[in-house]
Amino acid sequence: MIPSSFDYHAPATLAEAVALLGKYPEDAKVLSGGQSLLPLLKLRLGQAGHLIDIGKIPGLEYIKEEGGMLRIGGRTRESALERSEIVQKRYPILVDTAKVIADPIVRNLATVGGNLAHGDPGNDHPATMLALGAQVVAMGKSGERVIPIDKFFLGLFRTALQPDEILTEIRIPAPVEGSGGAYVKLERKVGDYATAASAAYVVIGTQGFVERAGIGLTNLGPTPIKATAAEKYLIGKKPETAALAEAARIAAQATEPSADRRGAVEYKREMARVLTGRALKKAVERAGGK
Amino acid sequence: MPKTSAEVQGMGHSMKRKEDPRFLRGKGNYVDDVQLPGMLHMDIVRSPFAHAKIKSIKTEAALKVPGVLAVITGETLAKYNLHWMPTLMSDTQMVLPVEKVMYQSQEVAAVIATDRYAAADGVEAVEVEYDPLPVVIDPWEAIKPGAPVLRTDKKGKEDNKIFHWEVGDRSGTDKAFKDAEVTVKQDIYLPRIHVASIETCGCVADFDKVNGKLTVYMTTQAPHAIRTVFALVAGHVGLSEEKIRIIAPDIGGGFGGKVPVYPGYVIAVAASVVIGKPVKWVEDRMENLQADSFARDYHMTAELAAKKDGTITALRIKTLADHGYADAAANPSKFPAGLFSVCTGSYDVKKAFAEVDGVYTNKPPGGIAYRCSFRVTEAAHAIERITDVLAQELKMDPADLRMKNFIKKEQFPYKAALGWEYDSGDYHAALKKAMDKIGYAELRKEQAEKRARGELMGIGICSFTEIVGAGPSKHFDILGIKMFDSAEIRVHPTGKAIARFGTKSQGQGHETTYAQIVAEELGIPAAHVQVEEGDTDTAPYGLGTYASRSTPVAGAAGALAARKIREKAKKIAAHLLEASEEDLVWETGKFSVKGAPGRSKTIQEIAFAAYTNHPQGMEAGLEAISYYDPPNLTFPFGSYICVVDIDRGTGMVKIRRFVAVDDCGNIINPMIVDGQIHGGLTMGMAPALLEEITYDESGNIQGGSFMDYLVPTSMETPSWELDKTTTPSPHHPFGAKGVGESATVGAPPAIANAVVDALSHLGVKHIDIPITPEKVWKILKEKGVAE
Amino acid sequence: MATHRIQITVNGEAKEGQVESRLLLVHFLRENLRLTGTHIGCDTSHCGACTVLLDGQPVKSCTFLAVQADGHQITTVEGLEQNGKLHPVQEGFWEKHGLQCGFCTPGMMLTSCALLNRNRNPSEAEIREAISGNLCRCTGYVNIVKAVQYAAEKLQKEEAHA
Repeated sequence: MIPSSFDYHAPATLAEAVALLGKYPEDAKVLSGGQSLLPLLKLRLGQAGHLIDIGKIPGLEYIKEEGGMLRIGGRTRESALERSEIVQKRYPILVDTAKVIADPIVRNLATVGGNLAHGDPGNDHPATMLALGAQVVAMGKSGERVIPIDKFFLGLFRTALQPDEILTEIRIPAPVEGSGGAYVKLERKVGDYATAASAAYVVIGTQGFVERAGIGLTNLGPTPIKATAAEKYLIGKKPETAALAEAARIAAQATEPSADRRGAVEYKREMARVLTGRALKKAVERAGGK
Repeated sequence: MPKTSAEVQGMGHSMKRKEDPRFLRGKGNYVDDVQLPGMLHMDIVRSPFAHAKIKSIKTEAALKVPGVLAVITGETLAKYNLHWMPTLMSDTQMVLPVEKVMYQSQEVAAVIATDRYAAADGVEAVEVEYDPLPVVIDPWEAIKPGAPVLRTDKKGKEDNKIFHWEVGDRSGTDKAFKDAEVTVKQDIYLPRIHVASIETCGCVADFDKVNGKLTVYMTTQAPHAIRTVFALVAGHVGLSEEKIRIIAPDIGGGFGGKVPVYPGYVIAVAASVVIGKPVKWVEDRMENLQADSFARDYHMTAELAAKKDGTITALRIKTLADHGYADAAANPSKFPAGLFSVCTGSYDVKKAFAEVDGVYTNKPPGGIAYRCSFRVTEAAHAIERITDVLAQELKMDPADLRMKNFIKKEQFPYKAALGWEYDSGDYHAALKKAMDKIGYAELRKEQAEKRARGELMGIGICSFTEIVGAGPSKHFDILGIKMFDSAEIRVHPTGKAIARFGTKSQGQGHETTYAQIVAEELGIPAAHVQVEEGDTDTAPYGLGTYASRSTPVAGAAGALAARKIREKAKKIAAHLLEASEEDLVWETGKFSVKGAPGRSKTIQEIAFAAYTNHPQGMEAGLEAISYYDPPNLTFPFGSYICVVDIDRGTGMVKIRRFVAVDDCGNIINPMIVDGQIHGGLTMGMAPALLEEITYDESGNIQGGSFMDYLVPTSMETPSWELDKTTTPSPHHPFGAKGVGESATVGAPPAIANAVVDALSHLGVKHIDIPITPEKVWKILKEKGVAE
Repeated sequence: MATHRIQITVNGEAKEGQVESRLLLVHFLRENLRLTGTHIGCDTSHCGACTVLLDGQPVKSCTFLAVQADGHQITTVEGLEQNGKLHPVQEGFWEKHGLQCGFCTPGMMLTSCALLNRNRNPSEAEIREAISGNLCRCTGYVNIVKAVQYAAEKLQKEEAHA
C-alpha cells in the first residue's frame, strides 16, 4: 500500500505552519502523529497535495496544570498522556481513554490533538473531552482562539477548525473535591474502534448530590455525542443505582448509531446504555461516592 | 526420557531451534527480502465488482506513469493460452480475465514498473470499464433451479454444482435413525475464514533468457509440486521441468494458504519471461485477505441417533460447501471434501453416512485448509457440537456421554464406520486427565452456584480425533502425484551430515526436528546435521508441508534413510572391527562387538572410513535416500476443556481457563510441540470468537483488511494450559503422529460448547461461530437475562 | 515531485538519503539501506511486523515517512546484537521458543526491548498489554511472554552484578 505523491513540509514554527496551510487551502493536511492520516493516504481513500508536518515545531508536547486547568499540548503523544504522573494521579479518566486507543505502538506516535482534530466519531478522546467540558485552542493566521469542546464537532470528519488552523492545546478543568470520571469502551479486540464507548464525569457535592455531570459517547452517531439530557437528569440526584441506570437509559436515547460489523443499531444503542451505566458507576466511585 | 545424550540431542530433547539465530538477528530471507539486479515490481489491478463483464481495459494513462514499463491483461496472456490455469482439484480458474470477473478483488490486469511506488501509481491509472452482472453470493440460492449460471466458460454447464460426494451406508444409517430411541439434529455453519499468515504471498520470478532457465523464489509450502504444475501449465510455451527451479525461502507462516498457485505468481512468471528481467510480486494484506484462498464455508446439518442411555447408534451429515467461483481447494484428488469422513470422531459409531455438495458462488476460489488437515476441523466441529446437543437432549453430562461412547483403547486399530482405520488411541485417559487438571467436578459445582445467582459461566469439552499424514499412495495423490515424501542424507567424512527433505517449514522448526531425527537414528549430534528444504534443484521430490504431514511422512523418510545409512555403516564397522555383522550391536552413535564392549567404532569413525578405508567391492560414501509411502495415516487426538464467563451486559465471552491434553504419539522436541499447540489453540480460538469473512448482497467483501478481519492479539488470547498423554503410532517408524494442527481442530468446538453450556439452562442448543458479543447479547436479550 | 535530503542515525550509524516525500520509513530501511529484518505484514498499522524504535520508542515504520525520521535515531532488529552478543531479549526468544516463522519476531523483540527499558520487572499482564500492537500468528503469545520474562530476569541479574 503506497500513498499517491504529495509534497512534504516541515515548518519550524507555528506561524510558518499556519502560513503554509494558508498557501495551500485546498489540499494541505496537518501531519501530527499521522496514525489516522497516513493509513488513509496509503489506502488512497484520502488525498493531499501537501503534508504540513508539525513534528519539528518545538513546544507542542507538554502536560501541565496551570491556572486551574490541565493543559495538554496538541502534539502530546497518547503514550505520554497514559504514563504522565499527574494524569495518573488526578485524571484517571484520561488514562482510561488513552489506554484503549488503537494499540500501544500506535500510541507512541498518535497525538491527543490529532485524535480530536480528525473529527472521527470513532475516536476515543472526543467523548472524554465532552464529558470533562474541555476547551480546544486553535492557532490560525489571525492568532489564537479558544473553542469550547461542545462547539467543536460539527459533522462526520468535520470540526470547527478552519483549514488554516492548527489545534495547539487542550484545556481541561482541574478536578474539584468530589469529582470523578471514567471511560468504558467495548471493542472487539485491541486496536479496534469502539463498538460503543462512554465517558462519564460527575461532581458530587458535600451533601451527596450530583452537582455536575458530563457524559460523552463514542462511535454512536455521525459525531461524538454529548448526552445533555442525561447530564441534566443527574443534577441534584443522589448518585444511586436507580438514578445512574435512568441516566444511562436517557443517554442511550441520544445515540444515532449505524449498523456495521461491530453490531446492529439496537445492539449499539443498548451498549450505550450498559457502558454509560458502568462509566457512571466507576466515576461515582472515583468521586468518593458509594 | 530421551535415549540420546545432551550432546547428541536426539528425540525427546527440547533442543533450542537451529534456525533461530538468523531470525533473531533479522537475517531471515523471506521472499520480499530477495533483491536481484534489474528487478522490476508488479502490482495488480483488481475488480471492484463481484460479477461483471469487462467492456474495456485502457492502459495508455498507466503506461505514461514514470517508471511503468508494461501492463499485462488477459488478452496478453491469451496469446500464449495462459489466461486460464488448472486448480489442484482439476477445476479451472482465471489467471487474468478476458471476458468477465467472477469475484470482488479478482485480478484484472498487472502493472510492471521499475519500483513498487511506480507500480502502485500505474495500477491507479489503469481504466477498466465493467458491465455488472447478477451476483450469486448465497450458496443456497446458487443451487436453486433458475439461478444464474456462473461458469459460462464451461460448455453445457447448466447449474452451479461442482460435485456431489458421499460416503457410508445410507440405507443402514437411515434405518438406524428410524429405529432410534432418541435423535437430534442441528444446522452448523463454519464460516469462511482466512489463514492470514503475517507474511503475505509473493514471488520473484527470474527468467534467464540465455539459459532458458526460470527460477522462482516463492512463498510455497509445496515447491516440488509447484514446479511440476508450472511445467504442466506452461509446457506449451517452452518451459520444461528441468529448466524450472522453485526456491521456497524462509516463509512467514503458511497454514495452508501457501499451497495453491495464485494468479499473481503466474503473471509474474509470464512477465519475467516476456520482459527478460526478474519480476517481484508481493501482495498486500488486503489482497491477501480478499483474493487468496479461503478456508471452511461449510453449511452442515448434523444428526445423531442414540439409545436413551446415551449410546450413539448412528451419525448422518449433509453439507453444502461454498467453493467460490472455482474449486481451488488443495485436497488429495480423490477427496473433494477432504478427510471430512473422519466425522465419526472419537466415538464408536456403528452406522454413518456423510454427503457433501460443492457449489459455485461469486466469491474467491478456494476451500483450502486453515491450519488443519483437509476439512478435519469441519468434521470435528460437527461431531463435537452435535454430541453436546445430544447430551443436552438426554440431560447427561457431556463428559459422561463422551466416556460412554469413546472407542476403547483395546479396540485399536479401529475400523471406523466411514472407512478409516484409526491407528491408536486412548481417549478415556486423555479426557480424564483434562478433567482432573481443570477440576471438572468443582467447576460444575461453581457453575450451579453461579446460575443460582444469575451469573453465566460455561464449561465446554471437545474430544477430537485428527487424521493427518497423507498419505498412503493407494488413495492419496495430488494431480496424480502420489503423496509420499522424501529425505536424502549424506554423511560427510568427518561425521557431520546434510539432510534434505521434500517438505518445507513455514515456522514448524524442521531444521531442528529433522536434525533430531537423524541424531536419534545415527548418533550424529543434531548440531552437526544441516537440514535443507525448499530448493527443487537440490532437495529430493516431495509433496510438501501441509495437513500435518511433515513428521508422519518426511520425518519417517528421514528415519528410514538414516536406517539405510546405518545398514551400510554396519558393514563398514564389521570391516573395521574385523567382526561379522551379526556380532555387532548398535547403541546410539556406535557399533560394538557383542560381549567386547571395548571393541567399537563410532559413526564418525565409520563415516571417515566410508571415504578413506571402505571395504573392497563396496561403493564409497555414506548416504541414502528414502521415499516414504506411509501404510496409513496417523490419528492424533486430545481432550480440551474450556471455561468461559459471559458478560451479561455486553455479551462478551471471556475464556477463563483452557486445558489442552494432546496425544501425538512419540515426541521429537517437546518444546516445539508445545509451541505448535499454543499456536494451534490460538488459531482455533480466533474463528471461534473473532474471525470471519462475509459478503454483502452485491458481493462486497466484509472483513477484507485487518481493520475487520480480527486476528487475535496477546490480549484476547488466554494463557493456555497444556498436558499430554503418549500413545505411539504403531505403524510410524518412530511412533510419532502429526501435531501442528490438532489444536486448531480441537479448540473451536471446546469454546463453542462452553458458551452454549453457559446458556443451556435457558434452552440454548447451538450458536454458530464466530461467537461475537452481539450474537450472545441477542440471545441474552431474547431470553430476558441481559443486564 | 519534491525530494528531501535526510540524515538518520540507524543502529548507531549515520545514514543519508535523498527521498521522495511519500517514501515510507519501512521502505527506506528495507530497500535503500537493505536492512530487511524489518518486515511488512499489513496496510493498516495493525500487525506491527514493521516495528522499529524511534528514539527508543517502538513505532510502526509503515505508518511513518522516511523524511519524518530526519535527524532521529532508529533502531532495527539488526541493531540489537552488540559486540557479537545477543541482547537478552533475543536470548529469551531463543531460549523460550518465542518465535516460529520469525516474521513478527523483529517487531516483537523491539517492542519488548522498549518495555523492559521502562519497566525492568513487568507482570504477565503488562507484557501482554505492551505487545498487543504486534500480531503473531504462530506462537499463541505464551512463549513470547516467557521470553520477555526471561530477558527481564537476565537484565536484572546483569544489573545486580554491575
